[in-house]
Amino acid sequence: MIELQDVTHGYGASPLLAGVSLSLAPGSFHFLTGPSGAGKTTLIKLCYGELIAGQGRVSLFGQDAATMSRDDIALARRRIGVVHQDCQFIDHLTVAENVALPVVVSGRPTRQIEKDLDDLLGWVGLSAHRSALPPELSGGERQRAALARAVIMSPEVILADEPTGNIDWEMSLRLLTLLVELNRMGKTVLIATHDLNLIRQAKKQVAARVLRIANRQLLAAGAEL
Amino acid sequence: MVGDVQADRVVPPTGFTARLTVLAAAAMAFLAVFALALSLATGRLAERWSSALTGSATIRITAPEDQMEAQVAAVLRLLETTPGIGTARLIGRNEQEALLTPWFGPDLPLDTLPLPALIEITEEGRGYDPEGLRARLAGEAPGAVLDDHSRWRAPLVRAASRLRALGLFSMLLITATTALIITLATSAALAANAQVIRVLRLVGAQDAYIAGAFMRRYTARAFTGALAGTILGALAIRLLPAGAREGSDGFLTGLGFAGTDWLLLPLIPLLAALVAFLATRATSLATLKERS
Repeated sequence: MIELQDVTHGYGASPLLAGVSLSLAPGSFHFLTGPSGAGKTTLIKLCYGELIAGQGRVSLFGQDAATMSRDDIALARRRIGVVHQDCQFIDHLTVAENVALPVVVSGRPTRQIEKDLDDLLGWVGLSAHRSALPPELSGGERQRAALARAVIMSPEVILADEPTGNIDWEMSLRLLTLLVELNRMGKTVLIATHDLNLIRQAKKQVAARVLRIANRQLLAAGAEL
Repeated sequence: MVGDVQADRVVPPTGFTARLTVLAAAAMAFLAVFALALSLATGRLAERWSSALTGSATIRITAPEDQMEAQVAAVLRLLETTPGIGTARLIGRNEQEALLTPWFGPDLPLDTLPLPALIEITEEGRGYDPEGLRARLAGEAPGAVLDDHSRWRAPLVRAASRLRALGLFSMLLITATTALIITLATSAALAANAQVIRVLRLVGAQDAYIAGAFMRRYTARAFTGALAGTILGALAIRLLPAGAREGSDGFLTGLGFAGTDWLLLPLIPLLAALVAFLATRATSLATLKERS
């Protein structure tokens, strides 16, 4: 599905990631951990084509991202749901409109997905907030809205970058439960987080592979996880 | 241009660039109404001057008093046999005096002045050959001079035609300025909505979709503004003093629309919308390409 082969990438003279390889197989569950600034967000961005690797190859659903047109990358993103720590909403649209945005940009009329939208907002516990604007939501509600938006197109892969960074433990567990449910539906999940307790909690529910970025390399995490 | 209603909502409905586009389109449309009115009025004027002076001519006969009658008779005979002459009429003494009285006043004894004889002629069919007629007049009546009005008509028609060209050039300038303003407004809007564009790309929007959202929004704004400007411009023209509108023989007082000219006005907001559509499309796609 998504594969990185010997990828080196950075923003200045010295690379942030060097010779990184990663394969996200269908239905797999991954955690990506490491200290702040280690390159977790960069790796996630490489995985959905926002960044193009300086060296090496990133394959999105069998296509080399470096040779894909902007429109092809846009089409690939419809198969990937992304949840950012800062959620990335359009603030003048309501929660329901933001959640439905991937459907709207794909050209499907939103009236065709009204019921799915209702079910999805109910699933993430935001039915009562469907007409609210994003700035009116709490941190946890924003994260759940972002998750709803990420899955509304029923993507094959869900990438979550520090999804629990701004929310309390109870809300983090609730979000984790939703992501585990999606994995059980067959979705591939990659979560970047520095919250080791969340990873331990997840491993009680799902067979997750834990990866760690250290010294620009991607390594399998130690036995403590 | 047809899109999901929600698709159009991704671009914020208000903001500085929105007001700028509406106001600029309204002002440009207002000016366009006047440029169009000027162009049409000068076109009509040129046509009127041309048609009023074409088809008629005057023969002026200056001769000693004892030869005047013979030369007038000779000219009238000659005109009867000249192809292309419809009518030839000797302007009587009283009629001449009536024409001169406004210039010299009623107290001047015009009947004592040695006025030339004037013959008014009108053309028929394809008209006469002025050079041939002049040659024949020189032979038959040496004191007769043909004035076919061309030395008056040509510069007037030329001036009116140039004014019409200036009016059309003004329309082009207005169109180009509108495109420029909308291009600047779109660029500013794209910069101000960087977050919106980032989110749209994140969820899989292609460039054509993002550009389309801006195009629809700015085309609608330009159309709305231009419609208001056109209506105001049309009202301003309509409210000109009655003598200043259609049918007037004056130059500036002839400014306005006549008959079917009014049907051209709806084209102004449509043209503004088309210009906005093209300008926004070009700007959006170029900007999105730069930011990729």
